Amino acid sequence: MTLTAPPKVPVDGAPGVPVASKRRSRTAASGPASRTLVSVVDLRRHRTLYFVVLGLTLLVFTLVFLFPLYWMVSGAVKSPAEFARSTPTLIPESFHPGTYVTAWNNMQIAKYFTNTVFYAFGGWIISLLVDVGVAYALSKLKPIFGKIVLGGMLASLMLPPTALLVPAYLTVVDLPLVHLNLLNTPWALWLPAAANAFNVYVLKRFFDQIPNDLLDAAAIDGAGKLRQLWSIVLPLSRPVLGVVSIFIIVALWKDFLWPLVVLQDPDHQTLSVALARLANTSQVPPTELMAGLAIASLPMIVVFLIFQRSIIGGLGSGSLKG
Amino acid sequence: MSALPTVTRAREARAGLLRRKLSDNLLAYAFMAAGLACFALFSWYPLVKGVILSFQQDNFVVPPYWVGLDNYRALFADPLFYTAWKNTLFFTALALVFGYVLPFFIAVLLNEFRHFSGYFRVLVYLPVMLPPIVSVLLWRYFYDPGNGLFNSILRGVGLPESQWTQSSDTAMISLVLISTWANLGGATLIYLAALQNIPGELYEAAELDGASIWQRLRHVTFPQMRFIMLVLLLLQIVATMQVFIEPYALTGTSNPDTVTVLVLVYRYAFTVNNDFGLAAAMSVLLFVVLGAFSAIYLRLTRSAD
Repeated sequence: MTLTAPPKVPVDGAPGVPVASKRRSRTAASGPASRTLVSVVDLRRHRTLYFVVLGLTLLVFTLVFLFPLYWMVSGAVKSPAEFARSTPTLIPESFHPGTYVTAWNNMQIAKYFTNTVFYAFGGWIISLLVDVGVAYALSKLKPIFGKIVLGGMLASLMLPPTALLVPAYLTVVDLPLVHLNLLNTPWALWLPAAANAFNVYVLKRFFDQIPNDLLDAAAIDGAGKLRQLWSIVLPLSRPVLGVVSIFIIVALWKDFLWPLVVLQDPDHQTLSVALARLANTSQVPPTELMAGLAIASLPMIVVFLIFQRSIIGGLGSGSLKG
Repeated sequence: MSALPTVTRAREARAGLLRRKLSDNLLAYAFMAAGLACFALFSWYPLVKGVILSFQQDNFVVPPYWVGLDNYRALFADPLFYTAWKNTLFFTALALVFGYVLPFFIAVLLNEFRHFSGYFRVLVYLPVMLPPIVSVLLWRYFYDPGNGLFNSILRGVGLPESQWTQSSDTAMISLVLISTWANLGGATLIYLAALQNIPGELYEAAELDGASIWQRLRHVTFPQMRFIMLVLLLLQIVATMQVFIEPYALTGTSNPDTVTVLVLVYRYAFTVNNDFGLAAAMSVLLFVVLGAFSAIYLRLTRSAD
């Protein structure tokens, strides 16, 4: 369950859609740069001013957005005494990289990390299976009442997930009809994550652009519907599958409130929930907690640096106009 | 003799077509079965159940029974109810000033730079990628009134120190600050993308007419960005009214200075005495308020398709 209504994803590289000029990168654009508020002539005239403003902005933004992360990573290697000093040290005077190992072992971060990885990847696979199935059926098989099904799913976008917190929790405690209790099981995260109208919508819109002729040709060659999905639709949909995958995994990794209520047993908690709990006990030294925070952020930062083009482009070019 | 086979053949063909259609539909619903089950269980059913629950007493102790409007009466009688809405609205309003207006000007500024544009984008979006609990716990150390980073800096430059989250005057503002730091990257990047779609000729023409930078910003940039700003406004309101993790991890769920609507829902349902009916009534109210904003948002973006 994500907290914000997600932005729409651009349907980059859809078959039949020209891929060119999706991402307008100022630096890559050859020829005259596209005109903005200040004209190129003015920029040339006030060259010094431009560089002063640029330099100041660089400094301030790096301080504001990067320094806290530096403080977290470097704070972890300080000695507890140095960490607690009233005049903080910029560069750690004491150097204890072992804190990361201690945190990994003592705070059982290893366990919570494994839990979170398991939840994220399991949820990723299940969400993809479920959402691709729905999107493919709605887009290519066009069953009766398909429009109503899609409408019902899209309507759920209007529900702020947190407003359903209590009834959804009670549903997990006692699943209707089958009376199963999913509390403290991965299914409590996976199944609600799969009910994601946004993913269904993005996938369906992409599948819509795949020409039916391709599927008909395959059908004549004897391919069934499942085979058509597997051998034609999915290979053509790699870009959108990638973007949807990133969104699913990042959302599962960052989620807090839902895992907090459905995974109350410490053995099954995610890293985020466990860190919040451990931060309120006095047994954990602050330097170890810093190490824990750094470890929890690392996978997201790596994902971001690898997929930044998809993530930033996904926010940008498609933006909210869909 | 010759008519009979044709009729049966036609009937057979029609029956075959029907059978094909039926089997196609069955197949389609087989593909959707898992999805339908997930949506039914975790989206449609909880919506109905939430409304029903708000008229029931349900607490794991006795089987649920109907209590009519008692939950709503109990809500309106709880002084925390008003505090929670007041705090939430205050948070939302402040978060609009910081998290909605500020990213606009950041985006306008960044859009003028011809260098480091990739670096700036990564930088402002980096906090958005962090798990929210990481940012919040990290800032808890910055806010520490004793030797926290912020007070150390204030002391260093000779300014008066602040109690930050621990004083009722500054608690809410502190929550907004961390929330803004953690979230403004998203809005900034969306603004940036919209800015790049403004045709350069408009600025060119305005400049030829002698418009100053401020006039260009006011008469070219603003009108061109109106739609995206409206959409982001709605998104921002819906997101910030669901604030939870900042008060949960920074000031605790029992602190009246920072209790918000969702914190109160959490308190009713999970910390005090599993009063799910009361929590559901609060959720229904939250849903009505946010549902209105979401509906406008969806209408706007759909009709723009």
